[in-house]
Amino acid sequence: MSQTSTFQIRTEEAPRLPAPVSTTGLIGWMRQNLFSSAGNTILTIFGILLAYSIFAPLIQFALIDAVWSGDNRDACVVPDGSTETVGACWAFVKAYFPQFIYGRYPTEEIYRVNIVYAMFAGLLIPMAIPSVPFKKLNAVLLLIVFPIIAYYLLTGLVIGSDVILPIVETPFWGGLLVTLVIAVTGITASLPLGILFALGRRSDMPIVKLVSVIFIEFWRGVPLITVLFMSSVMLPLFLPEGVTFDRLLRVLIGVTLFSAAYMAEVVRGGLQAIPKGQYEGAMALGLRFWPMMGLIILPQALKLVIPGIVNTFIGLFKDTTLVMIVGMFDLLGQIQTSTSDPNWASPTTGVTGYLFAAMIFFCFCFGMSRYSIFIEKKLHTGHKR
Amino acid sequence: MTTRDTEVAQPEARTSLINDPQARAIFFQVLLVAVLVFAGYVIVTNTVANLQRQNIASGYGFLENIAGFGISLTLIDYSETSSYGRAILVGLLNTVLVAVVGVVLASTLGFIIGVARLSKNWVISKLAYCYVEAIRNVPLLLQIVFWYFLLLNAVPSARNSMEAFGSVFLNNRGLFMPKPVFGPEAVLALGALIVAVVASIVIKIWASRRQMATGQQFPSGLTALGLIVLLPLAGLVVTGFPVTFDYPVLKGFNFVGGQRLIPEMIALITALSIYTSSFIAEIVRAGIQAVSHGQTEAAHALGLRHGPTLRLVIIPQAMRVIIPPLTSQYLNLTKNSSLAVAIAFPDLVSLGGTVLNQTGQAIEVISIWMLVYLSLSLITSAFMNWYNQKMALVER
Repeated sequence: MSQTSTFQIRTEEAPRLPAPVSTTGLIGWMRQNLFSSAGNTILTIFGILLAYSIFAPLIQFALIDAVWSGDNRDACVVPDGSTETVGACWAFVKAYFPQFIYGRYPTEEIYRVNIVYAMFAGLLIPMAIPSVPFKKLNAVLLLIVFPIIAYYLLTGLVIGSDVILPIVETPFWGGLLVTLVIAVTGITASLPLGILFALGRRSDMPIVKLVSVIFIEFWRGVPLITVLFMSSVMLPLFLPEGVTFDRLLRVLIGVTLFSAAYMAEVVRGGLQAIPKGQYEGAMALGLRFWPMMGLIILPQALKLVIPGIVNTFIGLFKDTTLVMIVGMFDLLGQIQTSTSDPNWASPTTGVTGYLFAAMIFFCFCFGMSRYSIFIEKKLHTGHKR
Repeated sequence: MTTRDTEVAQPEARTSLINDPQARAIFFQVLLVAVLVFAGYVIVTNTVANLQRQNIASGYGFLENIAGFGISLTLIDYSETSSYGRAILVGLLNTVLVAVVGVVLASTLGFIIGVARLSKNWVISKLAYCYVEAIRNVPLLLQIVFWYFLLLNAVPSARNSMEAFGSVFLNNRGLFMPKPVFGPEAVLALGALIVAVVASIVIKIWASRRQMATGQQFPSGLTALGLIVLLPLAGLVVTGFPVTFDYPVLKGFNFVGGQRLIPEMIALITALSIYTSSFIAEIVRAGIQAVSHGQTEAAHALGLRHGPTLRLVIIPQAMRVIIPPLTSQYLNLTKNSSLAVAIAFPDLVSLGGTVLNQTGQAIEVISIWMLVYLSLSLITSAFMNWYNQKMALVER
């Protein structure tokens, strides 16, 4: 068989060469993404210059030139004749920090607010992590027990003539406390209300449908600020003589109704996306309206619209700043009033305050949106390929 | 078969009224109406009693009274002796002005950022991502007061104004720029402009008809651009340039002459358009990504170059996805312009609030606000629905 071989067949593979340096690793990546053509190179250089011109002054202002400690404005003001530049006045934020978090809540009672914050975090975090057990108990504690305890802790408790917890009127509340109270109450109250109006809008009963449509379109058509004016100026006129509402409660009602209308439209989108077969299947199983909705339709519909619901939450959280205009001191309102304190008046105080507010709002909103993406992926049980 | 028929006819007898869906539906609706009517009755009687106690006359008669306050930005004639109604009209026009300028700026910026977000260039797309996330996670009100604060405090005073082209000045009194003043002969140029616009529309219709019939294309866009630029220019040349510019001049502590944009307006429009543009950018990105890549490949296979592929294939399909959410962003911008009240820009809500404080006519003023914003919303959404229908996929 193998006497003479006039040609040679290679039986072993030649050693594999590494890919050219210019196509792999950092250089390859840069060639592909940054310098693939002349136009792209110009764009890259432009982008880097733009980024430098934005971030370099920002870092210079917020970190390098910043003033970190001091007792009053002298720390943040450039002394006469000096050429040094002064950046962010973080000492001001440090001095005012308790006010930004608690408002004018009496100092000796602040532990109550801290308990509420701790309880809220302690119940929300296990609720938000999918693998933690006892979800039902957790939900009951968070949605029913916590609001009652928090209400008495924050406002105070007097039984008969015994003062168990001294009353703290809501005008003394402020800062992050007010922001969180409005946002959390608005979020928890607007979701069920929104579901109700979404179901009403898709109802077969003409009057229920008409009422829902008018409600939804009315609130969606007007700006929140007019709703807040309405709740602070017009609502007292609607009540019988002698009955007064707390201002915070009036604002809460306005915010809740407003975001319930937006929530209703989001939920309606989800309801419309559920195929008719699901309704018919549920009815064929003998389920009535509420079991059908609660067990079959809403779990699927709400899952579909999680991004929309979280977007509405984020919108609501940002909109809480508007209560500043009707004279309440939320985080932004508190910061804005404190920047006019003559003790701390300096050219950078105001900007520092706004930067601090922006950072806090950014953390909350960005956190919520990241969490919604995480949950969306987790609940993605495979309808799409 | 006959036994089955009788069975079908029977079941009504077994349903009691409580379990009959129709009876229940009627019952619930009657209950709802009763509750609503009762609530309405209570509210109206309480309101009437409260108003009587506070001695406030209801009705819109107060709109005729003299307002007595000045307004820093008016598009129509207004003085302190004008009526409250006139003041509210000034506010309405200012709201519309801010909304229109804001929509244009926000759309332009939003489309640029949205496309940049999809760029293959890593630096550009990451920059766009940072922009979108940083802007849309910070409340609009915070951004408005921030820009206003910067304009009042960080911008130099009139004597040390920032200057561009020797005739545009930015200082803490606002933005000053030359104002064109047209002589009476400029009517010819205006007429030429109108003729050019009409001619462009006619050419566009003719060109698309001819393309449908023969397949031949006609550069109608270029022609329209040429007509709209050249005809009025020719009109100006013929009449010997009847345009003079009124330049802002520093006199004492402030500028006189020229066109002045008040700081409130600059802050409001900047904040509104930056904020809304971050949302529009996301809409544009999602819209472009919604067009499947097969469309691009098919267009390339047909021999279209990159530009025409984008213009004729991708963007028309992306617009279908983009328009509905874009509409709601435009509406949001219009409604958000009411935040002007925080920096005292004289818009509808801000001036209405002043009127409310002076007259105490809460119900009337708030009803005017609601009516105006509701109708603005309905008009915008009606227009955008019409446009959406025109752009929508025409299926067999």
